[in-house]
Amino acid sequence: MEIMTMSWKAWLARATVAGGVAMGALAATAVSAQETIKVGILHSLSGTMAISETTLKDVMLMLIDEQNKKGGVLGKKLEAVVVDPASNWPLFAEKARELIAKDKVSAVFGCWTSVSRKSVLPVFKELNSILFYPVQYEGEESERNVFYTGAAPNQQAIPAVDYLMKEEKVERWVLEGTDYVYPRTTNKILEAYLKAKGVKPEDISINYTPFGQSDWQTRVAAIKSFGSAGKKTAVVSTINGDANVPFYKELANQGIKATDIPVVAFSVGEEELAGIDTKPLLGHLAAWNYFQSVDTPDNKAFIAKWREFTKNPKRVTNDPMEAHYIGFNMWVKAVEKAGTVDPDKVIAALPGTKQANLTGGTSEMLPNHHITKPVFIGEIKGDGQFDVVWKTDGLVPGDAWSKELDGSKDLEADWVKLNCGNYNTKTKKCGGA
Amino acid sequence: MRRWLTLLLALAALCAAGLQPARAQSPADAAYAKLASDSYSDIEGGIAALALSGDPKAGAVLKALADGKLLYRPDDKTLAIQGAAGLTEARTGAALPGADGFKPVRVNNRVRRAIDAAQGSLNLVAPSPGLRRAAADAVFKARDAAALPALDAALARETDPGVKRAMEEARAAALLAKSDAPEAARIGAVAVLQGRGDGDALAILRGLSGDASPGVREGAARAIASVETRLAIVANLQNAWYGISLGSVLLLAAIGLAITFGVMGVINMAHGEMVMLGAYTTFLVQEVIRQRMPGLFDWSLPIAIPLAFVVAGGVGILIERGIIRHLYGRPLETLLATWGVSLILQQAVRSLFGPTNREVGAPSYMAGAVDVFGLSITWGRLWIVLFALAVFVGLNLILKATSFGLKTRAVTQNRRMAAAMGIRTPWVDAFTFGLGSGIAGIAGVALSQIDNVSPNLGQSYIIDSFLVVVFGGVGNLWGTLVAALTLGVANKFLEPFAGAVLGKILLLVFIVLFIQKRPRGLFALKGRAVEA
Repeated sequence: MEIMTMSWKAWLARATVAGGVAMGALAATAVSAQETIKVGILHSLSGTMAISETTLKDVMLMLIDEQNKKGGVLGKKLEAVVVDPASNWPLFAEKARELIAKDKVSAVFGCWTSVSRKSVLPVFKELNSILFYPVQYEGEESERNVFYTGAAPNQQAIPAVDYLMKEEKVERWVLEGTDYVYPRTTNKILEAYLKAKGVKPEDISINYTPFGQSDWQTRVAAIKSFGSAGKKTAVVSTINGDANVPFYKELANQGIKATDIPVVAFSVGEEELAGIDTKPLLGHLAAWNYFQSVDTPDNKAFIAKWREFTKNPKRVTNDPMEAHYIGFNMWVKAVEKAGTVDPDKVIAALPGTKQANLTGGTSEMLPNHHITKPVFIGEIKGDGQFDVVWKTDGLVPGDAWSKELDGSKDLEADWVKLNCGNYNTKTKKCGGA
Repeated sequence: MRRWLTLLLALAALCAAGLQPARAQSPADAAYAKLASDSYSDIEGGIAALALSGDPKAGAVLKALADGKLLYRPDDKTLAIQGAAGLTEARTGAALPGADGFKPVRVNNRVRRAIDAAQGSLNLVAPSPGLRRAAADAVFKARDAAALPALDAALARETDPGVKRAMEEARAAALLAKSDAPEAARIGAVAVLQGRGDGDALAILRGLSGDASPGVREGAARAIASVETRLAIVANLQNAWYGISLGSVLLLAAIGLAITFGVMGVINMAHGEMVMLGAYTTFLVQEVIRQRMPGLFDWSLPIAIPLAFVVAGGVGILIERGIIRHLYGRPLETLLATWGVSLILQQAVRSLFGPTNREVGAPSYMAGAVDVFGLSITWGRLWIVLFALAVFVGLNLILKATSFGLKTRAVTQNRRMAAAMGIRTPWVDAFTFGLGSGIAGIAGVALSQIDNVSPNLGQSYIIDSFLVVVFGGVGNLWGTLVAALTLGVANKFLEPFAGAVLGKILLLVFIVLFIQKRPRGLFALKGRAVEA
């Protein structure tokens, strides 16, 4: 009951604010120099995830700063509101509520882990706000209030496996992951996909290790022996952040080279490699929608700005940073198109918004709230960067629901025509399987 | 093969000399033309062609390609090698004036494999046995039947028995890849691989299950069975080694805690952060060495050990003097206060060094692995095991054989009596806590070699450390040693069957049950000290 009244009050507050903002925008442009549009940044600045998320907070500050130099949005300056959910999942929900209800932000850019996203979802639904989520994730989700600018599995995992099958002629697969929702779902999708491609069950080995696993001796030895079955073997790694460095160190120590058993990783980017000596990792792979080494004028300018902003001439860029770049610019365009920051109007204006990405293409927000992205496969070089060895011909549209899984292949997300995130094309009903 | 090559070479040279103006397309020309390309297939083809062309520069060009120092100009397809003094034309060795328009010839895994195979067949007759060995291994991996003549020629000249065996194994691998080779020779090759008896041999043998010749199939099936039995024994030994190595890491992380928690009874939640401080000290030492005196890099760890001890020990003494001494006898408050200290230290390091991992390099003596009877033992792990034992022995000596150790034991056993005997107990407390923290710092130096150097480093070890100390028996160093090794070995034997996650759960359940039965751990202290 208490919660009900809370939400009602919050809703009222939101309605008044939305109305007030809209009226303010209509009434007076003279006072607008004083008024600001607030943008929430919900990334962990302490705790385990700070290693990845602090960078995203910085990139958002840079983007907002830049937009303000261009005159802001709708004639108003943008104001960043930074909170620290401290890698604590319930705290993410509390801080999201604080941003939306107390600070009255117009949109929130944030979250990294899937569990943090799941934790804030109810808050965004209840208070009707907008979240831009910049990290590659397991898919199987499409929410009206969330815009997914990271890769869905069909924009990262599946193309990577295709590449290994075609270019490296891999026939035997080790799916190695950290034990949580993203690796488990991704591996389920990959397993179904590989079997559909005719890979035998005995040629697939799936393993999970706990978060922060640091002793990889047994696992690496097991991979080595799994790889000695006379067929070309590869490892598809969904190992999360911190556990990667010891994993790669152990690979190097036990002498597994990329030419023998290549490892393709979905969570290892330029930032993660900054902590390791990459010479023994030469040739191991990563699949992303962006690499710092992609040579385009936009990317060069972005890297230069980033280094200037962080005052560090060696600072690297990575994929989720580009996702925020795309998401933020899409949001700016949608707000300008809608002429207001009212969440309902901005949510309606976002699908169809186009934004040049940093690798030479133009990404588009789709009706399922995912975006189109190119897919790159990069090999690790000695200097901690990636050499792009393959890329998709065009941009790949993100699938909210995987076509490989029985539970989701009939589902469709379309917030424009169907106004539904899980429309079942068989039963013709909104509401899942 | 070699004679053939020389002949070809001579012919090519003659042709080149005779037809200088017209310069017919020799195999080497075609190979060089293919290398100057953006397509991986072309580059791969170029490498194979170059290896067969007998061009005298082939070795140098391949080496440059492998090192990423082979460049080409897309406009006129000039190939160049990036040397210390600038660019030189790859074919002629002539110096090139400018580097304009040159970009590196791209290398991916496929190309890298081709380079390895090509270098293998080129280096089979190299003067150094190490190079010949590497070449034989490369041919073994490539299983290229085309390398057979070269292998035979090299085998005839080979004198080093180790290299000779490697070459025979390579020859066997190549023979088995060639299905039209004489059956008797291929059956012999199966026997050679059975003798090698490792995972790579097994991979080749397993690939023969669909072979056309029944003799080879049967031989392979027998060889597989024999190699598998051998590997199963080796796998158990290997597991034991992994267990000892994990145990030594646990020992290192826990032994400082065995002092602060075990001997002094302080529940020190900031123990992990002392480990982290040690690791960051190592990072700083390496940074200074990299910038000032790169030649000393191999000495970075021995230099870092005393520094890490001083840094972590100093911080430990500060914590004891500043906070813990006010809280003796109040374990709950101590727990909360030290937990707060751990968060403060983490965030301080995060603000100072940034949230991302810092790179701590491995000195040359810690890289790589050594093969002992089929066991692969990595040098880094071996050093850590030895180091953990040395720290254990050293700490025991300090406690048992020095006057400081005597005072520490006296104070922990009967504080008032010790004070009455003239021991300044507050300072003994401070230095004992400092000693425990300093040991944790030393552990950080070792852990920086195998784990992330990040602000979270300590967190991942704190629970395991408490587990080891409690399991081993509070206040007993020997208990800590036995507990660490037991947990390490048990973990590693459970992991292959139960998986890493379930294995850890099973161990925790076991320890909970064990503590129910024996609340004081494996080696409980007896006598009056227990009641104190």
